[in-house]
Amino acid sequence: MSSEDVLVCGAGITAFARTEASGRHLAVQAVRAALADAGLPWTRVRAAYGGSDAAGNADTLVAELGLTGVPFTNVRNGCATGGSALVSAVNAIRSGAADVALAVGFDKHPRGAFDPRPADWGLDEAYGRDGLMVTTQFFAMKIQRYMHDHGISARTLALVAEKAYGNGVLTPHAWRRKPLDADEILASGMVNDPLTRYMFCSPGQGAVALILCSRAAAREIGGTPVTLRAAVVRTRRFGSFEVFSPWVPPGQPTSVSTDAAQCAFEEAGLGPRDIDVCQLQDTESGAEVMHMAECGFCEHGEQESLIPFGATGIGGSLPVNTDGGCIANGEPIGASGLRQVHEVVQQLRGRAGERQVPGDPSTGFTHVYGAPGVSACTVLTR
Amino acid sequence: MEGPLSAVPGTGSGLHGSRCADCAVATYPAGPACPRCGRPAEPIVLSDTGTLWTWTVQRYAPKSPPYLPPAAGFVPFTVGYVELPEGVRVLVTLDILPEDVEIGMPVTITAGDGVPRAGGVAV
Repeated sequence: MSSEDVLVCGAGITAFARTEASGRHLAVQAVRAALADAGLPWTRVRAAYGGSDAAGNADTLVAELGLTGVPFTNVRNGCATGGSALVSAVNAIRSGAADVALAVGFDKHPRGAFDPRPADWGLDEAYGRDGLMVTTQFFAMKIQRYMHDHGISARTLALVAEKAYGNGVLTPHAWRRKPLDADEILASGMVNDPLTRYMFCSPGQGAVALILCSRAAAREIGGTPVTLRAAVVRTRRFGSFEVFSPWVPPGQPTSVSTDAAQCAFEEAGLGPRDIDVCQLQDTESGAEVMHMAECGFCEHGEQESLIPFGATGIGGSLPVNTDGGCIANGEPIGASGLRQVHEVVQQLRGRAGERQVPGDPSTGFTHVYGAPGVSACTVLTR
Repeated sequence: MEGPLSAVPGTGSGLHGSRCADCAVATYPAGPACPRCGRPAEPIVLSDTGTLWTWTVQRYAPKSPPYLPPAAGFVPFTVGYVELPEGVRVLVTLDILPEDVEIGMPVTITAGDGVPRAGGVAV
């Protein structure tokens, strides 16, 4: 579909640990890091897209970055904020409207679980009064049914989190950098059965910026660019099972993640078997398990013969969430999707340090999923 | 007070649902249009007995507000989706202890003044 190749020439990320810094401050830091990585000045950026869910408007960053007159579009699209900013930046380059474009995602959330209001979701106040406006219940009920249908064990859920914390130890910008083993994770206290406390990510903070270039602009600056072969965003179709649903239709639920992943693979002309490293939304352990199959990397149930044998570890046949994912980095909603792309870019450039996937990986995939049924996926190659 | 979640008068415990005349998609609570095809939906009374499709336990007290804990204080409670013969899975709070709840078990739904509740079927 692309008339013009899109290359990632610069990638910048902040620490994802809790600090006093504002979300906007983090965003400026990430943009400057991405520009330095690309070797380009801010004045060279011809189009910018970005946003946060809860930390302010991206277009105000020009006050710190420089008032160059660049067209800067705010994006606020829940968990797909980063992905939507990226798609917009890709389109700016493919259309020829810009030869250098910025995508930035950032956020900073209060501590503790998210705090949704029934009216914002079109629901009767009773759902709040009776204690059902709790996102973690949904994740628990989805994986509960999945385990029943596909024979996934609680220990496999714990092993997903064990891997996340282990990869967090190897990732300098991660929030959770202390190893935890499966037994500790299983014994950390049930939150919503079958999910325990350490199987969940927490709302957090962080910022990521990417500098995208046309082939000609990338040639001018040199460096080690990575090709963004596909970037897509999809919303749910009828039949999906989503958070805060008073009812769901019968039958096997449809998956927006499956739709977005298929679309991204088609656009890239590649398939799941061609991918060397991937980042999958891991709001909690169960999500990573289900998304492996929903995105096409294995059959439903096959996870039980992959995860316990290390297949998704950094040295495994399909490394998943090599930077520790949301479980180790937290969930700053606006930043997570671009964090995944940043991680794949580092892996494909061979710059991932202690967490580098061996064997010179040349293809990567990223996947975000969020409420109320949105998914953003990318395919990248070296 | 009658609201969108309360029982249909004269039906005992029946829930107000709706069904699309064209594609037979049933929903709860009742809505004016089919979420699948967008055509008008007709009100129906849903069955009060079904099977448990999935469940979890709310082990910690949700944030108040909006949550209104019982007068005696918060205790963990079970929630789940009940699959009804009309082809709709309804979100309910369960009057079943965590150690007794099981996917596939038969349950009976009752509409009250809040979210529908469901309990085990007496054997």
